[in-house]
Amino acid sequence: MSEVKFSKEHEWITLEGDVATIGITKHATEMLGDIVFAELPEKGSSVEKDGTAGVVESTKAASDVYTPVSGEVVDTNQSIVDDPAKINEDPEGGAWFFKLKIKDTSELDTLMNKEEYDKFAKETSS
Amino acid sequence: MEIKKTSLNKLHQSNNAKFVEFAGYEMPIQYSKGIIEEHKFTRSNSGIFDVSHMGQLFIHGDESLTEELEKIFPLDLKNLKQNCSKYSFLMNEDAGIYDDLIITKIEEGYLIILNAACKNKDFDILSNLLGSKFKMNLDNNRSLIAIQGPKSVEILNSIINGVDQLNFMTGNWFDSDNEKLFVTRSGYTGEDGFEISISNDKAEKFVKNLIEKGAQLIGLGARDTLRLEAGLCLYGHELDINKTPVEANLRWAISKSRLSNGGFIGSKKIMNQMQDGARQIRVGIKPEGRLIAREKTKIFNDTDKQIGEITSGTFGPSVNGPIAMGYVDKEFSKVHTKILLEVRGKKYPANICTLPFYKKSYVKGVN
Repeated sequence: MSEVKFSKEHEWITLEGDVATIGITKHATEMLGDIVFAELPEKGSSVEKDGTAGVVESTKAASDVYTPVSGEVVDTNQSIVDDPAKINEDPEGGAWFFKLKIKDTSELDTLMNKEEYDKFAKETSS
Repeated sequence: MEIKKTSLNKLHQSNNAKFVEFAGYEMPIQYSKGIIEEHKFTRSNSGIFDVSHMGQLFIHGDESLTEELEKIFPLDLKNLKQNCSKYSFLMNEDAGIYDDLIITKIEEGYLIILNAACKNKDFDILSNLLGSKFKMNLDNNRSLIAIQGPKSVEILNSIINGVDQLNFMTGNWFDSDNEKLFVTRSGYTGEDGFEISISNDKAEKFVKNLIEKGAQLIGLGARDTLRLEAGLCLYGHELDINKTPVEANLRWAISKSRLSNGGFIGSKKIMNQMQDGARQIRVGIKPEGRLIAREKTKIFNDTDKQIGEITSGTFGPSVNGPIAMGYVDKEFSKVHTKILLEVRGKKYPANICTLPFYKKSYVKGVN
């Protein structure tokens, strides 16, 4: 599996072959608070880099989930729809959102590595 | 304008509060455990709420004050016993609601608890109506602390002996730590609980004492989910100047004896609406599945006609599902009516349901 990369919209992404797994970061879940609703893209649909690909809602508000790369949705994680609290418990592991068959691996180059993201998250939240 | 802070601000900070601005005050939205944990703790144990931003208006006067207030509020104040409280509204001539409030008859006159965002305007309106005959004091030197949940009576009684003898919607002055506290058995969570009016310089010590006895600080986030589960209105959402108490389905709060003769501000409109019904009415709404419909979500019938709008919507932690309140056209207000909610461009099914979502557990008849 490739190195984990991060977007400015607080998504994480890993790559295995040409299939990317995408979720939201721990930092994002901490900002959102208790997550009580998740909506995922439809399997087989196409999503465009930086476009909306889902929704999460906390007790306080709704937030869009974006996709950091373009591709076709090949799998979605139904378990987080059934039990959204999982997203708070294991955001960067079991509570992934969707898998994409990606078109263009060079889109990953624009994303941050862990160190860059941690710095970005710290700066933007203070 | 500089943001205002309550006397408990430092205590909130040291308890890792996340702050928001609310009605010009820096208030805790939640602490480190989060809204759901705080909500559940209040339902099962005892939660402390800093509601010091709310207005505490003392109006001093005798029977002539009662007469004047009856010209304003739809209440039978003459027959209200001392130390008893009523939920009511300050209205305009069209019965539009300036504010909803709790009024308590006390030895000196009346104590009225007002919403933070409305309190200064309310004070001006009431000053104009009452003239200079009565001493009015919107007391900024006192904090207001609510303690809510099943363990609250035991905890508070161990600090202020005798509060366990209060019935729901009654209050009294108590002495504690060389301080006169006004305590009412009331609140806005659907749980048994109390509100304590205490001078600012004693508030922090008092709350620390409650925490030592096992109560926990709860933020405005959980206060909102708790009141919504209890089916209670929040000013600025369910209630505003364009809504009347009849539309808000709050006729129970209007004293029956005042309906025959009127004589309070807005009485004409209220009496008309009581007879003819209101065009729209506040209802409880339960979305199917897990979908959350927030404030301003449009409500449709099955022929795609808009029939109303959501005024509050969230996830109810004790209900373990989404809940909402809103206004719909009267013909769609019956329980079990199927409606559609438009969220992010799609329509989702929901049902009109009875309120509250969560059964209230108020204490009556202890003495």
